[in-house]
Amino acid sequence: MAERAPFLLEARDVSVVLGGVRALDGLSLTLEPGVRTVVLGPNGAGKSVLLRTLHGLIAPTSGTVSWHRPTRQAMVFQRPVMLRRSALANIRYALAVNGMAEPQRTQVASSALARVGLDRIAYRPARVLSGGEQQRLALARAWSLKPEILFLDEPTASLDPGATAEIERVIASIAAEGTRIVMTTHNLGQARRLADEIVFIHAGRITERTAADRFFDQPASSEAKLFLQGELPWK
Amino acid sequence: MFEIFASFGVALRLIGGADPELWAIVLLSLKLSLAAAVAGAAIGLPVGALIAVGRFPGRRALIVLLNALLGLPSVVVGLVVYLLLSRAGPLGSWGILFTPTAIVVAQTVLVVPIVAALARQATEDAWDEYREQLTSLGVSRLRAVPTVLWDTRFSLLTVVMAGFGRAASEVGAVMVVGGNIDGVTRVMTTAIALETSKGDLPLALGLGIVLIAVVLAINAGAYGIREWSARHHG
Repeated sequence: MAERAPFLLEARDVSVVLGGVRALDGLSLTLEPGVRTVVLGPNGAGKSVLLRTLHGLIAPTSGTVSWHRPTRQAMVFQRPVMLRRSALANIRYALAVNGMAEPQRTQVASSALARVGLDRIAYRPARVLSGGEQQRLALARAWSLKPEILFLDEPTASLDPGATAEIERVIASIAAEGTRIVMTTHNLGQARRLADEIVFIHAGRITERTAADRFFDQPASSEAKLFLQGELPWK
Repeated sequence: MFEIFASFGVALRLIGGADPELWAIVLLSLKLSLAAAVAGAAIGLPVGALIAVGRFPGRRALIVLLNALLGLPSVVVGLVVYLLLSRAGPLGSWGILFTPTAIVVAQTVLVVPIVAALARQATEDAWDEYREQLTSLGVSRLRAVPTVLWDTRFSLLTVVMAGFGRAASEVGAVMVVGGNIDGVTRVMTTAIALETSKGDLPLALGLGIVLIAVVLAINAGAYGIREWSARHHG
């Protein structure tokens, strides 16, 4: 057996039961640094639960999620949750909670806003921004924490194509800086554009883990084949 | 019938004519009720948010108790505060029975459950919305308490106003611990009760009109602030 690469995160035999429903069913997954992973699967397969469990928001009913070492992580949700304060103050809040003092806090928050092109509306109340702007702000907030791994749960599901392209651009540039990306999406075009590898899950289990360029032409599992046929019926 | 209209006319003249006795009572009422609302908010808001965000044994029982306290019979509250503050009581050495301070204490006891119960509702709704995001950012539950309080500040303003309304319209407890002493502890509600029983309807009616106007104005203000905040802060 080859020597194991240093992993960031290892989920072992993880099951999660929520409200009597088995959302994850004995799932195992090891994440190494430096790859962009997109989790695909039909509705209800357990994609969101998987991300939340890896991130630590849901405790596994059985099995373990272990980190190789303490790792800075952040998550962006499908529906951004903004506090009732300005865009800039939302980022400053996250930094303050994580122990960053002024004046560095405001500097880092400002540069995070500039990074996603929101510097001109830094002082606008966050909750009246458009959906796309709020999601960019959520990305800036996550990015400002300098995560080594970033989870994104369908970050563009409720956005129009223009806003989606903008979000994808930001995600790609965050990944290019070395942050480990793990995201779910329903948008197969987006999965092609952003993924190095696809993890396909069905009924709470991983049916395959395949390089992205191979997955869309030759999925290994019958579940993924069916899924792709349903999503791309012309193929 | 004629008497009511006559009294109404006199009442309006008292209000318009800046009757010093009437306005002294109004001012004292507002001052004490405001103090009780502030004290009640200082205690009730954090308590409500702690219950909303916290996870501890007995939380459900505490919520039931809090909701039950909403219906606290105010005369009984007055009696208990009276016993505590009376010369022989455990707090008798403070010597504040039959002073405005005693009124504020009794009003505060009545305001705290209202503020805490309504604040719990408002902050719990916010916490439901924020829980995942705040946990993801590394916010502890204790740290989340001031966060949800600040984020529901416009709703909580209405909550504190409800507390103020409770304090301002209180009669029984205020009568028991204040004693309705002319020029010292006579507030709008106790004056209305007294003047009505004496048959001095114009003064009672005048005070009643002012009381209703104050409560209306405050609620209109709170409503306006909420509308404004919904437009500007989402």
